[in-house]
Amino acid sequence: MPSNIIGWARLIAGVLGLSAVAYIAVTGNYLLTALGFAAIYVVFVAALNLFMGHAGQVSFGQNAFAAIGGYGSAILTANHGWPPMLAMLASALLAALVALVVGQATLRLRGHYLAMGTLALGLISYEIAVQWEQVTGGYMGISGIPPLSIGGFAAETDRQVFLVLALAAVLACWSVWRLRRSRFGRAMGAVAGSEEAAAALGVDVARTKVITFVAAAVYASVAGSLMAHAVGYISPEVFGLHMVVVGFTMLYVGGIGTTLGPLVGAFVIGMLPEVIRGFRDVQDLVYGVVLILILIRAPGGLAGAWRR
Amino acid sequence: MSLLQVERLTRRFGGLIALDDVSFSVPSGSLSAVIGPNGAGKTTLFNLISGFIPPSEGCVRFDGHDFAGLKPHQVAARGLVRTFQLVRPFPAMSIAENVRVGTHLRTKGGVLAALLGQPAQERRVADRALQLLDRVGLASVADQAPSSLGYGQLRLLEIARALATQPKLLLLDEPAAGLNHVETDRLGLLLRALHADGLTILLIEHDMRLVMDLAEYVVVLDFGRKIAEGPADAVARDPAVLDAYLGGADA
Repeated sequence: MPSNIIGWARLIAGVLGLSAVAYIAVTGNYLLTALGFAAIYVVFVAALNLFMGHAGQVSFGQNAFAAIGGYGSAILTANHGWPPMLAMLASALLAALVALVVGQATLRLRGHYLAMGTLALGLISYEIAVQWEQVTGGYMGISGIPPLSIGGFAAETDRQVFLVLALAAVLACWSVWRLRRSRFGRAMGAVAGSEEAAAALGVDVARTKVITFVAAAVYASVAGSLMAHAVGYISPEVFGLHMVVVGFTMLYVGGIGTTLGPLVGAFVIGMLPEVIRGFRDVQDLVYGVVLILILIRAPGGLAGAWRR
Repeated sequence: MSLLQVERLTRRFGGLIALDDVSFSVPSGSLSAVIGPNGAGKTTLFNLISGFIPPSEGCVRFDGHDFAGLKPHQVAARGLVRTFQLVRPFPAMSIAENVRVGTHLRTKGGVLAALLGQPAQERRVADRALQLLDRVGLASVADQAPSSLGYGQLRLLEIARALATQPKLLLLDEPAAGLNHVETDRLGLLLRALHADGLTILLIEHDMRLVMDLAEYVVVLDFGRKIAEGPADAVARDPAVLDAYLGGADA
C-alpha cells in the first residue's frame, strides 16, 4: 500500500488509466482506433526516447525511417504478396542499413546542427515518397494493404488489431528499458552526459551514437509498418513532418528519458483530441491550453512527475 | 622500466607554441608529477598524452607501443586512463552507475546481449562499483545523483570511475583544483594508498604542497618548456623552478 498522498495519486492514476483502456478494449468502443494509433506512436516515441532521452542526441528525421517501414511493408505485401511479418522484417533491415550509412555522416554533427541535418533527412524522404510515383504512388499513396498476420492467424477485427498494437507498444517500452539498463545503455548515458569523459573511460563515442541511431531507426520502421497494416492505406502525409511534431510532443509531455514517458505521452496526446471533442469550435484552443498546462505543471513530463 | 615515454613532444596552436620539445618518462609503479605555473602547457601535455589532441611533433610511447593516431577511447583501452580538471560526472546516472560505466572496457556485450540480459556480468559490475565507491568513501551515497555531491566528492567519484577501467597508468589533471585543505589531504591519502597497491600515477598539479608531499619524481614546465626534472626535494630547491614559481608570481 502506498505510504503517502503522492503514492495514492499514482496508484489511482494508474488504475484509472488501465481500466479506461480495458473498458474501451472490452466494449469495442469507437475509441479503440484512437487507442491503436496511440499504441503505434508508443513504438515511435520509445525510439525517439532512446536516441534523444538516453543517448542525448537529437533527430527531427525519424519519420524517414517510419516511411521506409510503412512503404516497405505496403509495397511488399500489397504489390508483391509478401507475408506481413517478413515484409516488416525486410523493411526494418533496410531502415537499419540506411541509418547506418546516413548516421556515419550526420552524427558528426552536434546539437542544433544535428537537428538540422536530421530534419533534412525527413524532408528528403517525404519528397521521395511524393515524386517516385511508379513505386510509391505519389500523393495517391498505396491502398489495399492486408492486415497483420502470422501463419494462418490474421488480426482483422478492431479488437484483434488493438491487441497486436498494444503488445508492440509494451514490447517497445520493455526493450528500451532493457537496453538502458545494460552495458550498452551505460555507454549511451555516458555519451549523453559527457562525450569527453565517456571516451576517457574507453567508450567509443561515434560507434555508440551510430548504433543507437540504427536501433532507433528499426523501432521507427516497425512503427511505420504497423501503421500501414493497421490502416490498410498510406500516403506521404502519414509520414510527414507532422509525425515528428506529434512524436516530440508525446515525448516531452510523457517525460523524456523516463521508461514510461513514451507510453503516457502517446496515450495522453493520442486520446486528448477525443476527450475534448465536445468543445467543438474551440477544440484546438483547449488542446493547446492543456499542453501548456502540463508542460508548466510537470516540466519533466507526466512520467517524470510520477517518479517524483 | 618506464611505462610511459614522452619523446620530444611539441604542440603548436597557429603561431603559438604551447609545448616545446618536451621529453620525460614515467617508470612503472611510480607516482610522478608534472608541475608548472598557469599557462605552462600542463593541460596541453595531458591532452596530447591521452590522445585528445594530436602532437605537432614527437611521440608518446606507452607500454612499448607508439600512441600515434590513437583516439581517446583507444588510448583508454590500452590502459592509460585520465580524469579531468573540471569534473565531468554523468548527471542522469546514479553515483554507482557512473562508476559502472568505468567497467566498459572490462565487460562485453552490445544491443543483443542487452535484450537477452547478462545477469552474471551485471552482478559483477555492480559489486565492483560498490567496492570502488567504498574505497574512495562514497559507498553510503551510491544510489544518489552526482548533483548531491560537493566538488571534492565529485573528484573522488571521477577517480573511482577511472579505477573501474583497471588502468595501468592513471593520469590526474589537477586533482586538487577547487578542493579545500581537508579534501586535499584526503585525496593525498587515497593516491598514496593506490600507489602502494602498485598503480602507476602521473598527476599534473598546480598545488605545490600536494606534489611535494606525494610525488617521487617531478617534471617542471614553464612556457611550454621543460625547465627541470628530478626527485621532488631536489626540484624544490632548483633555482630555475623557484624563479618560475616565485618570480612569475611577482611579475
